[in-house]
Amino acid sequence: MTMDYGTLRGVIALLILALFIIIVVWSFNKKRKNSFEEAANSIFEEDSKVDRKEEKSKQETNNNV
Amino acid sequence: MTTTLEHSSYNYKVVRQFTVMTVIWGIVGTLVGVLIAAQLIWPALNFETPWLTYSRLRPLHTNAVIFAFGTSALFATSYYIVQRTCKTTLFGGKLAAFTFWGWQAIIVLAAITLPLGYTSSKEYAELEWPIDILIAVVWVAYAIVFFGTLVKRKTSHIYVANWFLGGFILTVAVLHIGNSMVVPISMTKSYSLYSGAIDAMMQWWYGHNAVGFLLTAGFLGMMYYFVPKQAERPVYSYRLSIVHFWALVSLYIWAGPHHLHYTALPDWAQSVGMVMSIVLFLPSWGGMINGIMTLSGAWHKLRHDPILRFLIVSLSFYGMSTFEGPMMAIKSVNALSHYTDWTVGHVHSGALGWVAMISIGAMYHLIPILFNQGRMYSIRLINIHFWMHTAGIILYIVAMWISGVMQGLMWRAVNADGTLTYSFVESLTASYPFYFIRFLGGVLVVAGFILMAYNMFKTIAAKDNSLKAVEAA
Repeated sequence: MTMDYGTLRGVIALLILALFIIIVVWSFNKKRKNSFEEAANSIFEEDSKVDRKEEKSKQETNNNV
Repeated sequence: MTTTLEHSSYNYKVVRQFTVMTVIWGIVGTLVGVLIAAQLIWPALNFETPWLTYSRLRPLHTNAVIFAFGTSALFATSYYIVQRTCKTTLFGGKLAAFTFWGWQAIIVLAAITLPLGYTSSKEYAELEWPIDILIAVVWVAYAIVFFGTLVKRKTSHIYVANWFLGGFILTVAVLHIGNSMVVPISMTKSYSLYSGAIDAMMQWWYGHNAVGFLLTAGFLGMMYYFVPKQAERPVYSYRLSIVHFWALVSLYIWAGPHHLHYTALPDWAQSVGMVMSIVLFLPSWGGMINGIMTLSGAWHKLRHDPILRFLIVSLSFYGMSTFEGPMMAIKSVNALSHYTDWTVGHVHSGALGWVAMISIGAMYHLIPILFNQGRMYSIRLINIHFWMHTAGIILYIVAMWISGVMQGLMWRAVNADGTLTYSFVESLTASYPFYFIRFLGGVLVVAGFILMAYNMFKTIAAKDNSLKAVEAA
């Protein structure tokens, strides 16, 4: 059986929708919450782990000078 | 300060080089822009010299701001981010230095060939084929350095900024090589491998994805690192950032046809481009909200930190442009906006607002770290730069909106007998006051960049660690 172009487009649209839902479910799954929080904070660990003393020189601009 | 450890473990030299050049090319690119803006008011400013004419300087301006300023900023920040988040030095040894010198050579070649009139005439892809080949070589080297560093990372997770940066590097390679396919007839002249409507579609598939991947995905990578860093808070929702990435990259690639509404491009392709552009609003705003909400609970930081202000206001302009863009992609709106100054205003709210402001913020964050200082030479000057840049953009885009809508209305106005109400020259005359306001806006932006360069060189010249970080009052 051959599939006409319209049907093919419909199938592709459904596949992409399914893919999107999978990505949303995957990333918002409770199981991954902790590891994502770790990942989000990983950019701050880097300073303390790799070169702890560097923290002092971190740029602070919280002043109006 | 652990400079010795740091300098042996990370390759900061190439980051420093690209950072300094970003600021210099920022001045050059916007200065050429101001010159051609002035030429639109005072045409005599081309001095009857062929290589000073608008037609040759306009591509020089766009190439300088996109590929010299913007892409140097991307090189600098991507090399910095990928090393810091992967906790390892750059892969490929001297290859990183090759990308710096290769990229600067390409910029110099562009600055020579474009004013001489050598052009493929494809917008944002004007450079002739020998330079295109050099771009491809440097870009592949860039990809090897970047992805090689990801492969040898010492962390298990790849931080989200790297996903955006990797997506940008990969896609730009495909776009550039695809659109630059030509038949050379001499060293300085070539013809596109594609013809007619297909050539136009290839060009805007490239053109819009240069916007989508170079000017958006790349700078979103910058955003996902520098906004949390400067705000000292993790990104609002890491999970949203994953959905943001996949939705953005899978939608952007289809939006190109909106540049070809009401042309020889098949109608269905125009409609696909329109629909995809409208849907694109969702991931764009998802990303913007994710960036801005990173500050939730810490809004007070904006009061004292002009660097953070640059970063956050850039996101506001990003949100504004990505609302305006989908709207302009609607065929009936496009019928009014296309070929008018509205488009120019839209592009500059994205380029000066989003791209330049996020880069400037990232550079101000980076410069002291790279040159062993606690802060920039003058934070007051950063603040002045912020207001000059913001005022400049607002003057620019408001002038272009008014001028653009006015042009669109004048061009489509018809008398009862079907003849055109206005001649083209009448609409041009009506635009003059707005061209002058645009010129003023541009002058403010260039002056801001010069201030930035002064601040940068003062920071570099200062004795190591003599500029102490100031703690919050």
